[in-house]
Amino acid sequence: MTTTTATPITMPADWRDFLALTKPRVMTLVVFTGLCGMLAAPVQIAPVLAFTAILCIALGAGAAGALNQWYEADLDAKMKRTARRPLPAGRMDRQSALHFGVGLSAFSVILMGLAANLLAAGILAVSILFYVLVYTVWLKRRTPQNIVIGGAAGAFPPLIGWAAATGQVAVLPVLLFALVFLWTPPHFWALAMFMKSDYAAAGVPMLPVVAGERATRTQIGLYTIPMAIAAIAPWALGLTGAIYGLTASLATLVFAVLALGVSLRTTGAEDAMRPEKRLFAWSVLYLFIVFGALVVDRWVS
Amino acid sequence: MPNDEDLIRARQRSRSRIMALLLGAFVILMFAISIAKIKAGMTH
Repeated sequence: MTTTTATPITMPADWRDFLALTKPRVMTLVVFTGLCGMLAAPVQIAPVLAFTAILCIALGAGAAGALNQWYEADLDAKMKRTARRPLPAGRMDRQSALHFGVGLSAFSVILMGLAANLLAAGILAVSILFYVLVYTVWLKRRTPQNIVIGGAAGAFPPLIGWAAATGQVAVLPVLLFALVFLWTPPHFWALAMFMKSDYAAAGVPMLPVVAGERATRTQIGLYTIPMAIAAIAPWALGLTGAIYGLTASLATLVFAVLALGVSLRTTGAEDAMRPEKRLFAWSVLYLFIVFGALVVDRWVS
Repeated sequence: MPNDEDLIRARQRSRSRIMALLLGAFVILMFAISIAKIKAGMTH
């Protein structure tokens, strides 16, 4: 007698789930800062090459996001904010996510090398590897300094945009890198303040979970100081004009006032965390304003 | 009501359509990059 076993047919993941794997909302800021880094460069490149370079930055960021979700599927399942992502929700198998992430990483770096130059492709490769290996695999579950060091991964796009246009690295894009790098801690810690229970449930050692709210508030205030210096430095060093200088100064002042408010207060009972939410919302808008002002400043002057 | 196999086929079709569109866009992009590079080479 022979027995036949039916092979279960698995539902292939929808293309929209592959798109969700790339974290399109996070990509917006990455693409914008990369584009501004490119537009601020003193060299013009063919529009199609500029478009391809920005596309590569977006694809590289998407690939890093996909690999991050592949590695963190267990964590994502424990957090309300991320539980509906394709992997924890069971709409995609992990191997597909891994293949997609690795394939997209290689594709974005190779295309950048072909369309722009090897320096831009190299920095793009470093940024993907940094986000996946240093931040996701090494730091995120081990230390509350995860987003301080890991923040470098999100700071690379202006540097890549500049390198794609000029083939070199200069002081201005390094300062832009420093600005995003130093902006990351207050931005994420403000978020972590009102998402603390989510991070605690998932066992992610974010600063408010490990060191408490008082220490986090102090750190938000302290990190705002070097961030403000990095934001004003391009103007102070004569690398940009008054449009950037005044806009960045004003936007940074608002940031500093909000950060100071968060630093000085203490959490009350049934606290809605409004100052923290305001700081988080402004921090997102802040980068758009400062980088946008840089481009306008370049065009005008 | 559609059975599982129909759903799988429908999903495979939609993925194939997206892949075809992306491949077409990639071919056009590579062509445009080549033209831009040739032009840049001619001006130098």
